[in-house]
Amino acid sequence: MPATVPTPRSAAPLLEVEDLHVEFDTPDGPVEAVTGVGLTVGAQETVAVVGESGSGKTVTALAVLQLLDGGRISRGRVLWDGTDLTGLDRRALRRIRGNEIAMIFQDPMTSLDPLYSVGHQIVEALRLHSRMSKRAARERAVELLARVGMPDPRRRLDSYPHQLSGGQRQRVMIAIALACSPRLLIADEPTTALDVTVEAQILELLRELQAEYRTAMLLVTHDMGVVAETADRVIVFYAGQVVEHGPAADVLRDPQHPYTAALLEAVPGRETDRAEPLAAIPGAVPPPRAMPPGCRFHTRCAMAWDECARDEPQLYPLSGARAARCLRHRSGTAVPVATGKGA
Amino acid sequence: MSSPAARALPTGAPPDEDLLEVTDLVKHFPITRGILRRTIGHVRAVDGVSFRIAPGETVGLVGESGSGKSTVARLVLRLLEPTSGSIRFAGREIAHLPAKELVPLRRRMSIVFQDPVSSFDPRMTVCSVITEPLEAQGISTGREARRRAGELLELVGLSAGDLDRYPHQFSGGQAQRIAIARALSTDPRLLVCDEAVSALDVSVQAQVLNLLRRLQAELDLAYLFIAHDLNVVRYVSDRVCVMYLGRIVEQGPADQLLADPRHPYTQSLAAAIAADPRSGVRRRRGVVRGETPSPSDPPPGCHFHPRCPYAFDRCTSVVPVPVAAGPGRTASCHLVGEARGA
Repeated sequence: MPATVPTPRSAAPLLEVEDLHVEFDTPDGPVEAVTGVGLTVGAQETVAVVGESGSGKTVTALAVLQLLDGGRISRGRVLWDGTDLTGLDRRALRRIRGNEIAMIFQDPMTSLDPLYSVGHQIVEALRLHSRMSKRAARERAVELLARVGMPDPRRRLDSYPHQLSGGQRQRVMIAIALACSPRLLIADEPTTALDVTVEAQILELLRELQAEYRTAMLLVTHDMGVVAETADRVIVFYAGQVVEHGPAADVLRDPQHPYTAALLEAVPGRETDRAEPLAAIPGAVPPPRAMPPGCRFHTRCAMAWDECARDEPQLYPLSGARAARCLRHRSGTAVPVATGKGA
Repeated sequence: MSSPAARALPTGAPPDEDLLEVTDLVKHFPITRGILRRTIGHVRAVDGVSFRIAPGETVGLVGESGSGKSTVARLVLRLLEPTSGSIRFAGREIAHLPAKELVPLRRRMSIVFQDPVSSFDPRMTVCSVITEPLEAQGISTGREARRRAGELLELVGLSAGDLDRYPHQFSGGQAQRIAIARALSTDPRLLVCDEAVSALDVSVQAQVLNLLRRLQAELDLAYLFIAHDLNVVRYVSDRVCVMYLGRIVEQGPADQLLADPRHPYTQSLAAAIAADPRSGVRRRRGVVRGETPSPSDPPPGCHFHPRCPYAFDRCTSVVPVPVAAGPGRTASCHLVGEARGA
């Protein structure tokens, strides 16, 4: 299948987020949800952003498209093809959203309008971004629905969102997102609400379409299995920061941040010994207002020592286009994270 | 945990050995229309389900949305009355027992839901949340109930000092611990966990799964563990039942069932979870097509036949019955019967 053939990537990244800080106002004053996040997505590349709730992964994705509800970018830049999106007016932003960057969400019901038929919504999206007669747009909508695997696409044009299953609604969202052949698709937990057999179908569809449309993807997920299956590179978030990034296969096989390693160990897999307790991570993610000093993970880290409670780790570059925010890497040498892996 | 290998076949064990024995359980919900609420059809949410749980055993119930697994949970606890079939709990038939006679049995069975905070009254303290079942059952009140609530909190890894706080002041994982403490207050023999860890973050999910394991060992609890995550179910369960559109299509010991699934639906579920981030194993592709049809209009014959890659004539008209598919295993598939001649 073409999806598995590696495609050449251009040198300059399509999307570049630099030192992003996002604040939300609360009754007790502003709270920082994202602290100094940087990431890049190259043309046709799939980058997964993985983390638990409160890690800042979704906030980062929304900030790229300036879709933050109640939050604001307090520092940093979002460069799209060299243009800083944080300085653009609404009209210029609207031209980029949909035309160049499209987004799909976990729950399609929040972005589909319940009052309009599926066909109407796809036709609208098509005509908003390209000159097309209603009739041509309708024909194109049928093609798109067929392409995303919607059974009986012509009849489905007249269906309303509530008449569709969750998987079908996500297919409609993907059809709308692809209507204008965007160069980047941001997918926020696109399969989390779906049944596993449907999740497999949707991930496969996204993979195929990406190859076909030469679209890059920024995939936000909490599921390391989804990362393993889809991503070229992975960026691991913890408590509003990037704690590790690198080629997905390398990071998953040989994590360099203790949090990444612990996250992988905590999920029961097919081979997990049922006689042994799971390797749980103690405690919970600290709330933004009560971040511990030093490394934000040190209170839960099995490998923490004195310095971790005192010194704030940087994202230290490692060999193999990787980096980890852990003091063990301060000298720049990779130290394997001690886990029960392979035992 | 009890050893699955030592468990007898799902058919043939003496009935008095089981804590729970469900036989041919059926629940149909009427579909009504108009102001007269005329019945125009039925949703066959549970369509002839049989399984057993021994004392101290964990039986996993997996299935996707519309499979009827949560309806089974509510029937077992008699939060719903079945349309037909039998539910024997601790040796008593409870399928149609009137509410009054159910009261003493209710002590012995509890449930933990997916989202505990929404099931708590926000004005109740943790202490009242936990002692409510004790007082409702007339087991204990006042200081005695409070002392018990403190013990239960310590048991689930919280502190008796948390008794006067409110549930919304706790994280999701801690709130689930409070829900477990409440469920254990009446000293049940059976705990139904309905997607109890599904909404939790990975790191917290592992903590709660470990807690459930420890409680089972300490209190000799039996679990009916309902979830859609096959790996989680395999990890906690001695035996697993796989549901599809209201029926159990396959059941057997957890490890064998997932390592070597016999029913085509179980095979596709197992293939869908095959991706293992640590070993780099990718999911097998294109194993199953389509989506689960509506339980109000299930396909005839085998419910799975429209999506099954192996379906043949008989599958479209004849409902497959459970046939032996290895030690302690059954599968409801015409092909399993054919191929193995069992």
